[in-house]
Amino acid sequence: MGRGAEGGGVGAHTYETVQHDVLVIGAGGAGLRAAIEAKAEGASVGVVCKSLLGKAHTVMAEGGIAAALGTERAEDRWQVHFRDTMRGGRGLNDWRMAKIHAEEAPVRVHELEAWGALFDRTPDGRILQRPFGGHSYSRLAHVGDRTGLEMIRTLQDKAVHAGVDVYMECTIIRLFKDGDRMAGALGYWRATGRFVLFRAKAIVLATGGAGKAWLITSNSWEYTGDGHALALAAGADLLGMEFVQFHPTGMVWPPSVRGTLVTEGVRGEGGVLRNTQGERFMFNYLPAAWRNDYAADEAEADLWVKGDRVHNRRPPELVTRDVVARAIFREVHEGRGTPHGGVYLDIASRRDAEYIKRKLPSMYHQFRQLAGVDITRDPMEVAPTCHYMRGGVKVDPETQESTVPGLFAAGEVAAGLHGANRLGGNSLSDLVVFGQRAGWGAAQCAARVGAVPRVDSAQVEAAIREALGPFERSEGESPFVLQDELRHLMNDNVGITRTGHGLEEAIAGIARLRERLARSRVTGSRAYNPGWHTWLDLHFMLTTSEAVARGALEREESRGAQYRADCPEAVPEWQVVNVLVHLADGTMSTRPERVPEMPGDLRSMVEEAYRRV
Amino acid sequence: MSERTFRIYRGMQQQGEIVAYRVEISEGMVVLDALHDIQEQQAPDLAVRWNCKAGKCGSCSAEVNGMPRLTCMTRIDELPADQPITVTPMQAFPVIKDLVTDVSSNYAANKSIPAFKPRSPDAPDGSWRFYQYEVDRAQEFKKCIECFLCQDVCHVLRSHGKHEEFIGPAFLVRVAAYETHPIDVEDRSTYVKEHGGIGYCNITKCCTEVCPEHITITDNAIIPLKERVVDRHYDPLRRLIQMVRRTG
Ligand SMILES: Cc1cc2nc3c(=O)[nH]c(=O)nc-3n(C[C@H](O)[C@H](O)[C@H](O)COP(=O)(O)OP(=O)(O)OC[C@H]3O[C@@H](n4cnc5c(N)ncnc54)[C@H](O)[C@@H]3O)c2cc1C
Ligand code: SF4
Ligand code: SF4
Ligand code: FES
Repeated sequence: MGRGAEGGGVGAHTYETVQHDVLVIGAGGAGLRAAIEAKAEGASVGVVCKSLLGKAHTVMAEGGIAAALGTERAEDRWQVHFRDTMRGGRGLNDWRMAKIHAEEAPVRVHELEAWGALFDRTPDGRILQRPFGGHSYSRLAHVGDRTGLEMIRTLQDKAVHAGVDVYMECTIIRLFKDGDRMAGALGYWRATGRFVLFRAKAIVLATGGAGKAWLITSNSWEYTGDGHALALAAGADLLGMEFVQFHPTGMVWPPSVRGTLVTEGVRGEGGVLRNTQGERFMFNYLPAAWRNDYAADEAEADLWVKGDRVHNRRPPELVTRDVVARAIFREVHEGRGTPHGGVYLDIASRRDAEYIKRKLPSMYHQFRQLAGVDITRDPMEVAPTCHYMRGGVKVDPETQESTVPGLFAAGEVAAGLHGANRLGGNSLSDLVVFGQRAGWGAAQCAARVGAVPRVDSAQVEAAIREALGPFERSEGESPFVLQDELRHLMNDNVGITRTGHGLEEAIAGIARLRERLARSRVTGSRAYNPGWHTWLDLHFMLTTSEAVARGALEREESRGAQYRADCPEAVPEWQVVNVLVHLADGTMSTRPERVPEMPGDLRSMVEEAYRRV
Repeated sequence: MSERTFRIYRGMQQQGEIVAYRVEISEGMVVLDALHDIQEQQAPDLAVRWNCKAGKCGSCSAEVNGMPRLTCMTRIDELPADQPITVTPMQAFPVIKDLVTDVSSNYAANKSIPAFKPRSPDAPDGSWRFYQYEVDRAQEFKKCIECFLCQDVCHVLRSHGKHEEFIGPAFLVRVAAYETHPIDVEDRSTYVKEHGGIGYCNITKCCTEVCPEHITITDNAIIPLKERVVDRHYDPLRRLIQMVRRTG
């Protein structure tokens, strides 16, 4: 709304002040959808993002957006999507979020189309859907393998034309409260290094994930867990942090692209996984309870891929991601992997070249240009890569408000929908379903709060002084060295398989890195200085990484995405229990919390589903 | 392993210089990897934009040996081995620092395009029916990743600085995406002529050559738009020719 030089401060610590009813931090799918909604509710809305508009992670999403549109099979209704989501999440999902998500995803997908998004079509002109792991029916609306690009452009244009103010290349480093409610956020312009205070009646966190803290990752520099750490510092709880998703298929060779994502769409389109002995090993890894849901042999799987989905069952490659990722990990670990540490993913022998180029154009291009592999002729080499944070800010399912009044969260930074394992395609739908709700919730909240809450200028100035600290030191380590060490530490100790000992090591290592960070130094000026940016980001990374390690340590069992080699079985006591992480007086603590109980009719629906499979 | 020399623009708009760095090269490395290596080992304040590192986001644009390129998709082993590799910022935009430029004019251009406006729904449930070939036609333009490399190479912007008068090839592509959108009904021909400044384009096709998404910018987006504008804005001679063509 207003922009002015009030506020102030002295000397190097001056800052400008911007004021809105609702401030959205993050311009991915969730943030943009929230902004559009809040604006439609009559609020003045600002969106802040670290990169240029349109470059958030959402742009990279490939495979598609999940919604029970029922185009392929009329039986696919929200109930089935709900059941699949709960089952994929091993029942640790917040059932209310899973229900809202399944019910509203179709509305949100049609809405995207009404705003200009184009999805691939069925022969009779409706939205075509593609099969994905853990979904009972073909459920992913998509456009080739560029679904995220389509989505973010649509939302970006909608937001800009609706009159949302966008503050690009601006990073938020601190949140402020007035009493117990949210009051503002301090950021810096990447270009100049100058500071800006956003005052707002409600704040929506839509900052995405934290995968940059792992060495092998599909995530970019942006994913430093800022929103998770900001929320903790503001007094909100994080939930389910141990459930980091390792996507089964990242590139492995050459080293330059290690971790870059290979969409699950490859398997959705019929791609198969083989070890170096030529064995289609996924048949060996199907969990007993789900075996009846999947093809018994290659012949049946082939018929399914060819299109007869009524009489045949899906290929084992389409089981949930946690299972596939661990299977690949094990194959490689036991010596059946390639010299580069991967297995083979083959689409070339399943589909003709034209089809592959049409349905997977960016995969084709990515492998040809970066790995020198023609995927229409040769198999790809793949291995798991850190991909997604299922854990995040604990929120109210209806409004997405956290336990801190006036602080909302949506998208990857929020928790609850995915439980112990996320199904592919359920993130893009999460963004629009809960982005919309967060925007609505924040606008209502802003309307209830009369005047804009006050921000204490002494706190702002103290935060600025701290942020400029590393420029003052004339010697010290480079932030890049510390970041590199953290990424190794997390990869080695908080990866796909974990042990109590390793997790304790990680926590201790993080504490040591934190001390070194306080003594490290930044060279150059404040203008567009990646060294300084990394120094600031590292604070978030360390906090969020610690939350993951502590969550994983607390959960002494294996379930969904959490695999503890020292307790490899699921422990019944943990069946309905989540781990909450809380920060108070600089100390992080964890505590168990029971998942909300499902009403009887929904429970029997899910249990029925377990029985049938 | 071998070493290569990178010559990189360091500095601001008014004041800058080319600085040389030596970088160890490993198999499959791209130019962006080398820039990151320099950041980590030698110059932590080297300003670079990037996100996806897979040619999907269009953040990492710069000029490599004078050619507008995505640095994340430019393999070092494809560049002449006997010369240093020169990396400079996109010339058509003001430098903020090092390889980072002020691309805000592009966002202003995009904002000026009349918004998407759908026809009324085809089905009672509020949805539309259209076909894959129609999606494919619009997708040629919708796949634009906004890397602004075409803007960088276009002489109207690069040499003549007409950022105010001409939205540039990237946003003519955007208009083409709307124009070919199966359910959009907005008429943007006056916009393209007046605000868009399509007349500035003299069809040199340089933009098409640099597009990493291989969009046939000139032939498939700009020329049909030019024809539309002419049609719409009543050029009697042109209409006559077209009528003759149609009937003849
Ligand atoms: C390669 C890849 C492919 C994927 N494919 C699929 C798929 O096919 N289907 C699917 O459902 N999911 C997919 N995912 C997951 C999905 O894309 C992401 O989970 C989702 O896009 C996250 O959206 P978001 O809106 O929560 O955050 P993002 O889109 O990541 O946006 C986060 C925003 O927050 C901003 N931000 C962060 N911190 C700060 C700060 N401190 N200050 C200011 N701004 C900040 C960032 O700049 C950015 O604008 C994929 C992910 C990847 C990486
Ligand atoms: S064809 Fe037109 S838009 Fe493209 S570079 Fe030439 S003048 Fe510019
Ligand atoms: S049209 Fe091509 S070159 Fe131009 S911005 Fe889009 S992707 Fe880049
Ligand atoms: S970093 Fe995304 S295109 Fe290069």
